[in-house]
Amino acid sequence: MMDHWQRFKASDLFYDFKRDKVAIVSFAVFVLLFVCAFSAPLIAPYNPYDPANIDIMSSEIPPVWMAGGMDDYILGTDAQGRDLLSTMIYGMRISIVIGLCAVLLQAVIGIVIGLIAGYYGGKLDGFFMRLADVQLSFSYLMVAIFVSAVLQAAVGVGRFAEIAVPFLIIVIGLAQWPQYARTVRASVLAEKKKEYVEAARVTGFNSHRIMWRHILPNCMSPILVLSTIQVANAVMSEAALSFLGLGMPVTRPSLGSLINAGFEYIFSGSWWITAFPGLLLVILVLAVNLLGDFLRDVLNPKLYKG
Amino acid sequence: MMNDMNDAPSAQTPPILSVRALSKVFDISGGLLDQLALKDGRLRRVKTTVKALNRVTFDIAPGETFSVVGESGCGKSTLGRTVIGLYPPNGGEVYYGGQRIDVLSPRQMLPFRRRMQMVFQDPYASLNPRKRVAAILEEPLRFHHPELTAREVGDRVKEVMEQVGGDVQWLTRLPHEFSGGQRQRISIARALVVDPEFIVADEPISALDVSIQAQILNLMMDAREQRGLTYMFIAHDLSVVAHISTRVAVMYLGSLCEVAPAETLFAAPRHPYTQALLSAIPRLGKKKSGHVRLKGEVPTPIHLPTGCVFHGRCRYADERCVREIPELLEKDGGTHVACHGVAEERI
Repeated sequence: MMDHWQRFKASDLFYDFKRDKVAIVSFAVFVLLFVCAFSAPLIAPYNPYDPANIDIMSSEIPPVWMAGGMDDYILGTDAQGRDLLSTMIYGMRISIVIGLCAVLLQAVIGIVIGLIAGYYGGKLDGFFMRLADVQLSFSYLMVAIFVSAVLQAAVGVGRFAEIAVPFLIIVIGLAQWPQYARTVRASVLAEKKKEYVEAARVTGFNSHRIMWRHILPNCMSPILVLSTIQVANAVMSEAALSFLGLGMPVTRPSLGSLINAGFEYIFSGSWWITAFPGLLLVILVLAVNLLGDFLRDVLNPKLYKG
Repeated sequence: MMNDMNDAPSAQTPPILSVRALSKVFDISGGLLDQLALKDGRLRRVKTTVKALNRVTFDIAPGETFSVVGESGCGKSTLGRTVIGLYPPNGGEVYYGGQRIDVLSPRQMLPFRRRMQMVFQDPYASLNPRKRVAAILEEPLRFHHPELTAREVGDRVKEVMEQVGGDVQWLTRLPHEFSGGQRQRISIARALVVDPEFIVADEPISALDVSIQAQILNLMMDAREQRGLTYMFIAHDLSVVAHISTRVAVMYLGSLCEVAPAETLFAAPRHPYTQALLSAIPRLGKKKSGHVRLKGEVPTPIHLPTGCVFHGRCRYADERCVREIPELLEKDGGTHVACHGVAEERI
């Protein structure tokens, strides 16, 4: 463990990281938000899922610095009387969980398909890549609307609320696998021509072992870069679906459904219900995207190896 | 080393490797849309193929250093890769130790994988950049000998590392920390670690600095003596080939022109192409004399010339050379020549 840490400290990645202020700040912001989100029960002032904490009489209280604000609710309350700060922290947890799990699903599907298509080539490659083209020519929103409509009709709206998290993970995960498949395939095509792969074949290793143990580790840099960007995309996709009312229910809101819920109250003056979750979403996505940009610049061998 | 060359393979010893009428064709026509062409007012599907090997036949006896020479693009690397099974041949047969290996499944091929190994040209691409040297050397050994304990594996890796002139400390490092010559030593160690009998060396020194080339050559020749290896050595450096080979095969446009014991070939080349090739070796202190100058360019292997592939550039070519493909015929002193002129004794 110490060995790994020592090696990481000596790596180019860490060297560049120390010199990149944007990367340091965005990394710090991301870690802060991540820790906050996953220690939500410990740091949030209220538990928004507990009906005992919800009082309809204290709905739409403005933030503490405005007239009518209360010290108990720093960022005010939403239309149901929940503390907005607590709801946002819990909502961010849901957004991040869905984002990470959806990217994991995308990565698993995309890496397997990309490896197989790139390594075997020929008809298999043609089939998977045309499948990816077809997939990308659908808007994922259209697919999500269609699937969620069918699901809601099949299991009922009440039950749908319970399966909303896995539903969102699967929809976002399935929608974006071609990104991974294309990236992985491109790297595999470049790697498999190298002589170390031929050396592995001469040794008699089977295709499975060559693909997973020899080629894949050499394709990790673009996968890593893509993953950070895809996490940001998945969080945004989740917010978009929830904003359209296809995602998380109001009882267990994610950032997107909070923005959606507050949207109706903007013109009645309660702008904070939409604005604060929106701001948090922007900060979260921006931090992840800036980290992704940093990784792309550092890990791109064309930019620093010449 | 010189005395080795005199043990010309006798006809009695069965060859370790036999190649019979081996052909390899690469399809470069691309997708279906690229293949469509308008011909005589009709749409046809036309395939473009590179004829990389044309009916190549030769034997390698145990203990030999069999060199394959020829200019760039003549198919010598393809020959090596087809022999070792990296490319499936389109025609012909490959026998190893009397058993046909070009039709075996990957699983049936496994015992041969341990006996045949390959050393590659580019030491910067032939080692996996993400693996430590120890992992690169241990993996083939563990794969082929699962019965070995970790200690035995470690011992064998260290032993091979010392044999190739490496340091035990190299084992914990990554390939990019080494120079080209050091990497080539590691590549050779990787080939030797499974204790093979036969090694295809695909231009193992041509990417190296001249001062390093001799070291690597000596290392390979020492390994040959200590382990009784047989080499198929692919090269374009004729002076190196003259120095190390027992027999030499000369290739031109995917066909063998001449196969002969090294001394005979360099002293008295028979095939017109071999004569031209050898006259191109620069010699210190000698005046330019007897330099055979070839006219024109090498034809493309996409549209092979009819008959003898060399006829367009050969000063002895006649009407038969244009029409008929010459067979590789045995001449005196173990020389085989594929030339109508030599067969008719007009050259």
